[in-house]
Amino acid sequence: MTTRPIAVVGASAAGLAAAEALRRFGWTGPLALIGDEPHLPYDRPPLSKQLLHGTWDPERLLLRTQEQLDPLGLDLRLGTRATGLDVAARTLTLDDGERLDCAGVIIATGVAARTLPGADALTGVHTLRTLDDALALRGRLAGGGRRLVVVGNGVLGCEAAAVARELGHEVTLVGQDPVPMAAAVGTAVGELLAEEHRARGVTLRTGVVDGFDTEGTTVSAVRLADGGGGGGVTRLAADTVLLAIGSTPAVGWLGDDPALDTTDGLRCDAYCAAAPGIYAAGDVARWEHPVHGRPLRIEHRMNATEQGMAAARNLLAELAADGADPQERRPFAPVPYFWSDQYDLKIQAYGPTAGADRVETPVLDRAGRRVLALYGREGRAVGVLAAGLPPRRIRALRAVVATPLPWEEARERIDAATATG
Amino acid sequence: MKITVDADKCCAAGQCVLIAPEVFDQRDEDGVVVLLDAEPPADQHDAVREAAAICPAAVIEVQA
Repeated sequence: MTTRPIAVVGASAAGLAAAEALRRFGWTGPLALIGDEPHLPYDRPPLSKQLLHGTWDPERLLLRTQEQLDPLGLDLRLGTRATGLDVAARTLTLDDGERLDCAGVIIATGVAARTLPGADALTGVHTLRTLDDALALRGRLAGGGRRLVVVGNGVLGCEAAAVARELGHEVTLVGQDPVPMAAAVGTAVGELLAEEHRARGVTLRTGVVDGFDTEGTTVSAVRLADGGGGGGVTRLAADTVLLAIGSTPAVGWLGDDPALDTTDGLRCDAYCAAAPGIYAAGDVARWEHPVHGRPLRIEHRMNATEQGMAAARNLLAELAADGADPQERRPFAPVPYFWSDQYDLKIQAYGPTAGADRVETPVLDRAGRRVLALYGREGRAVGVLAAGLPPRRIRALRAVVATPLPWEEARERIDAATATG
Repeated sequence: MKITVDADKCCAAGQCVLIAPEVFDQRDEDGVVVLLDAEPPADQHDAVREAAAICPAAVIEVQA
């Protein structure tokens, strides 16, 4: 009897982690790793940091060399896009027309950068999600003296603005929210970041993009709607624009099979299962976090790896009845972690800081660019963030939010930790 | 087991220290990884492999 393969769709951090974990946990059958980009699996966080800056070359981003991948015995299909999935039959369709009848499927297709109407046709307007995107923007910024408008003041926009400023470009950072990264980290931390960007020479603007002015096919300005219903616009002169306006989960290829819920990512249970034999991991997965008791979809680097491993473990556990090595099926209950580097400032956070209904800052030193913030939801502390503080210190505070404590208890523990320095 | 770390790539997440504190530590000032034991005993191997897999900057390389 021929063993059907397990297919991992998506060959970035989550897909690679899933493939490696499937082998580590004992899957010896055929294993396909399918990625729509032509590159070997590479790391994305440096795209808006070291790669854009020019301090790292693309080779530095590779997560594994070909020699490191070889022992996994993968059926590695790069430059190949999955175009459909028959959930009940576990049959994948690929863009070369091939159909793969699978024992199981792990979906790790990530997200795609959002764009604006007409932007794709314009020279000078960029998005930043893939290595090719980052190299194109890096090339554009290599000439020196650009007038860059970054549209979107979330994590990606802030990081790219910082790099472009360090490279000496004129940078305007535009957000719909007046405070950078406010949705991710709240206004107190966001205002501290705003001050750092201003001090470094970035111009901060609030507004909604109405469109672009062009000279020929090259962008010459970003038009911001003034609001108030008057129809007026403000023009920000630009020869280069980065659209960092968020992303869309790559679920379109799954169609509208009623067996899957693809509202804001692929909905999964606490085991990262979307349907029998079908799992998801990474940016695309919206799963039921068993500790927080609500579905989360986390676009952070570490979650990609952790969830890839969890999905692999749980898929194998499900398949154990079919003769695979038995594994323990475990709910996926991570303490989410993210970091961001902007100028010399490192921001680190544990727990879901987005969606908090309460934020306090036990440490807030704006001039010294130091902040420690505690995030709460429904009476419990769920997240902690630090910037400008020693990383060891924030790691020690992870325990305060690993199992969400009642707010006052968490606050006391934070106060005790900060009092002793 | 032989461990190498590419400290220049380290993002100071500290996950390795959480998973294998006898093998990894962080510098006080910037949180960059410090390798305490490049050839740890067998009872540490599973933890080291997990740390290498989870490291969000792919800093840790393990040779069998």
